[in-house]
Parts: sequence; structure tokens; C-alpha cells
Amino acid sequence: MAEKKSLGKEFTKGLIAENPVFRLVLGTCPTLATTTSVVNALGMGIAAMIVLVCSNVVISLLRKVIPSKVRIPAYIVVIASFVTIVQMIVKAFVPALDAALGVFLPLIVVNCIILGRAEAFAGKNSVIASAVDGVGMGVGFTIALCCMAAVREVLGAGTFLAGAQNLLVLFGDNVLGGWNGFTLPWTEYLTPMTVFILAPGGFLTFGVLMACANRLAESKGKPRAELGGCQACPMAKNCALLAEGKGCSEEKKEVETV
Amino acid sequence: MVDGKKLVVSASPHLRTKDTTSRIMLDVVIALIPTLIAAVILFGPRVLAVTATTVITAVLSEYAARKVMKRHNTIQDFSAVVTGLILAFNLPVSIPLWMAAIGSFFAIVVVKQFFGGIGQNFANPAIAARIILLISFGQAMGSWTAPLSWRTDAVSTATPLAIIGGETQEALPSLLDMFLGIRGGCIGETCSVTLIIGGIYLLARRVISYKIPVAFIGTVAVVMLIAGKGDLEFVAYHLMSGGLLLGAFFMATDYSTSPIKSNAKIVFGVGCGLLTCVIRLFASLPEGVSFAILIMNLLVPHIETIMAPKPFGTVKEKKAKEGEAK
Repeated sequence: MAEKKSLGKEFTKGLIAENPVFRLVLGTCPTLATTTSVVNALGMGIAAMIVLVCSNVVISLLRKVIPSKVRIPAYIVVIASFVTIVQMIVKAFVPALDAALGVFLPLIVVNCIILGRAEAFAGKNSVIASAVDGVGMGVGFTIALCCMAAVREVLGAGTFLAGAQNLLVLFGDNVLGGWNGFTLPWTEYLTPMTVFILAPGGFLTFGVLMACANRLAESKGKPRAELGGCQACPMAKNCALLAEGKGCSEEKKEVETV
Repeated sequence: MVDGKKLVVSASPHLRTKDTTSRIMLDVVIALIPTLIAAVILFGPRVLAVTATTVITAVLSEYAARKVMKRHNTIQDFSAVVTGLILAFNLPVSIPLWMAAIGSFFAIVVVKQFFGGIGQNFANPAIAARIILLISFGQAMGSWTAPLSWRTDAVSTATPLAIIGGETQEALPSLLDMFLGIRGGCIGETCSVTLIIGGIYLLARRVISYKIPVAFIGTVAVVMLIAGKGDLEFVAYHLMSGGLLLGAFFMATDYSTSPIKSNAKIVFGVGCGLLTCVIRLFASLPEGVSFAILIMNLLVPHIETIMAPKPFGTVKEKKAKEGEAK
């Protein structure tokens, strides 16, 4: 690795500057699908974060053992093991969350964020840096999901943190004293806009929040995340191909000639 | 130099029409006014409250959005007024005013200004806003007030399309009532006669071309003739019910969301007509004009690409490749 960053920076970059959802635009599918309520988003974010940290650590430990030609299958095996563990834990202790997230919980296996961090970071960096990177990215993912879910739940259902009890069912049925999320006071007079719970509202919220995140990162002197060209790619500085002076398109050509 | 005057040399174009965006938009407003008057007679003064809400919110949203985005202001081109008016025409008269305001805000800020303002929007703002409201507030957007009942007690009724679809057992209004607009429906879609007058005014002023409305309405007529097994009355009900006339004359012809080339316009109109018929005949919704126009709006760039004319003297790419191979 060319540049050495402090651990603090490895952590904070995942929050806004390289937020996996809003800046790297990874993991869009679970982002849109599970952000209909804050509780679901929180559950999804925490589950993904646990898998991310564990897989980052293990992959970083094994980075000298795994041959580079079969690294992707090797990473998937590691990630899938942790996803299986997390899925079993969720099924056992938070069954309501398992029902709400459905197929998106096992789909963490192919979540771009986790594979992307394994490929771009854990495969090249020390164990501690990888763990910190995993925590930072996981927190960034969770924050992003919760931001989206807060907008969508408040506007689309008129509630906030509804079903919070379901997350804590492990600690007893009445741990929150019967409280189970807010119902916003204006829903008596104003009907919530159902569209925000549906897919169009998800995309709309996603776009607007992405613009806000770009604005935030820009005001800190970071360049705008633009698509087009290898240099604009958010993975550019971690890209092995670009370091060799090639782009993704060149790799494709090589594959074709082989 | 003649008589001491300087000879003006300027770049082309040298001939300009007097058409400006604001003039065109003003023409659309003029064309919509008869329908507005008819709607006030049919559905009462609340029509004016709904219309005022959408128009004022649209203009304010446009002003605020341009201000926030630090772009030059475009409220003087009347396009926001037109969007507000058309949106109001697409709402039931009983809609709560705050919903109408949200729809107007959505049309201008999200559909129009987020994509760059007038001329840049990919979909008709009023249609997109109507669909957002329809998805969000199904109940409020689906409760219809009987025409001419506003002076006494407002009576709820069903739209002719819902009656044709067999959702309720109410009697269908007569064809004359349909023509005059004495039926349930959105504010501006019921009165066929004033919509046709407005459409003819726009055609006469050459604000819109006849191709989209004719292709749109013609396709619906042909498909309904086949679907109704030659029953002309069935065709007439379908042509005058729902938002077909409003959609064909005022919404499908929107400049920035309809094709430019004339043959592409016909494809666009036929597509709108076919989708409308498919939704009316087979889908679970009684009415499909707004969805049909929205879907075709999204296809406009592709229609334009496919229908691109071949420059004179050039050979098609395929043929050119075959020639090289030989």
C-alpha cells in the first residue's frame, strides 16, 4: 500500500467521504428494499456490519495465503460462513426481523459493500486496519440506511421507530415498557404519502440524500463523485489495474483475447 | 456606409418568429379557460380553490427552487401556471387542498427543477404529480362528486369508466351528458365540448401539431371498436370518458416530453393510445391515460433514436459493412 493512513481516518472515511451507499453507490439493492422502516434498516445495517468486520478480519489474515486468481471464490466462502452464522442468530433471537428482512438477510453474501471492501481493502491491508475499515464502512452503511428509512417511514407511514420492540424481544416482551415507536401527531389530520414506502419513493429519497451527501463531502474539499472515466471511479485509488496504468476496460480486452 | 449609418452584420438566424415560451404558455392557458369555467359550473366554486392552490404553489415552488439552485428565474414564462392548471384539472374536486399543494410542489420541484427546469424534464410534471398523488392518497384521489350537486349536498358518484368496468351498478350518463361533462370525474376531464374547443384553438394557433392527438384518439377509437365488436356507442363512451381528451390535447403534446420528428409523433400517439386501451380493458385500474402518457414519455428518446432520418446520400451501417466484406 502506497500511502499510510491513520486508523482514525480509516474509520471516518466510511461515514461521509466514502460512505458506501451515498458516495460509492454500493449495496443499492438492500438499501432500497429494507429502508421502509427505521427498525428494519437498523437491523439490516447491524447484521451487515457484523459480517463486514468479521470477513474483513479473516480475509486480511488470509491475504498472503489466498492465491490471487481464486480470491473471489475464497472471499465468498468466508463471507458466506459469517452470513450463515448471523442469519442463524437473527432467526433464533430476533425472529420478527428475520421475517421482515426476508431474502435480503442471506443476500448479504453477495452484498457489494462487503465483497468490495474485501477486494479493495482487506486483501491488501493489515488486520487492525481492515477491522477499523469494516467498522467505519458498517457504521456508514447503517447511518445511510437509517437516514433513508427515517425519511421514508416518517413521510410514508407517519411513524418513527415503529416495531422497536421486535428488535429487543430477546430481553423480554416488555423491555420498553409497552412503548413501540412514535406515531407522529399530524397523522390525525394528514394522510401519510404511501408512495414513500413503495419503490418510487425509495429511489426519490435515495437520489435526494445522495445529492446531500455529495454536497456535504464537497464542502469538505473532497471532489464530487462523478461517473465516467477511471479516475472518477470511487475505487480509483485502490484499483490495482489503474496502478499498473490500465483500466477495467483493458482487463476486459485481455479476457476476451484469452 | 450609407447616410452615415453603420451596416449591421450579424450571424444567422436573421428571421425570427414572434413565438416565445411565454406566448405559447399563455395560449395553453387561454385554451384551458373554457374548461375551467365549465368545471366551476359543474362542480362548484371549490374548483377555483383547488386550481388557485395548485397554480400558486406551482409558481412559488418554481421561484423558490430556482432561487435555491442559484439559477435565473423562470416564473415569467407561465410554464408553472400551465403545470398548476393541468394538475388541478387532473384532481377530483373533493381533494383536500394540502394534497393538491403537495402534488404541485412535487411536479415543479422534483419532476421539473431536479432535472434542470423547463425543457429538461423527462416526464410531464402534472402527470407525474397526478400519479404520485394517486399512489399515495388512493382514497382521496378516487372519490368523485356528482356534477351539479354542489348547491345542495355533494353526492358521491362513480366515473363512467368504473360503471362500464362493472364496479358499480349506477346508470351510465347519456352520451349528451358525457359530451357536456355532466358526469363524475376529475375537475377538468369531464366537459368534452370545452376540451375540444380548447384543442381546436391550440391547433389553429399552431401551438400543437395535430399528429399526437389524432394518433392518440384514433388508436383508442380503433381498438375500442374492435374490443366492443363494432358497437359505436361503446367507442363514444370510451372517447369521452376518463382523461382521454384532456390527455391527448394538453398533456401528451407537452413540448419537452413528446418527440420532435413528425413520424415519431405518430408513433408516440399510437403508443399512448394502445397503452390506454390495454390498461382500460385488462388492468385493474379503470383509467389509464396518465400512466400511458408517463410510460410513453420515458420512451421518447428511444423513439427519436429509432426514427432518426437517414442523411441523404449515406448508406446504412449494415449495408456498408456488407460492402466492406465483399
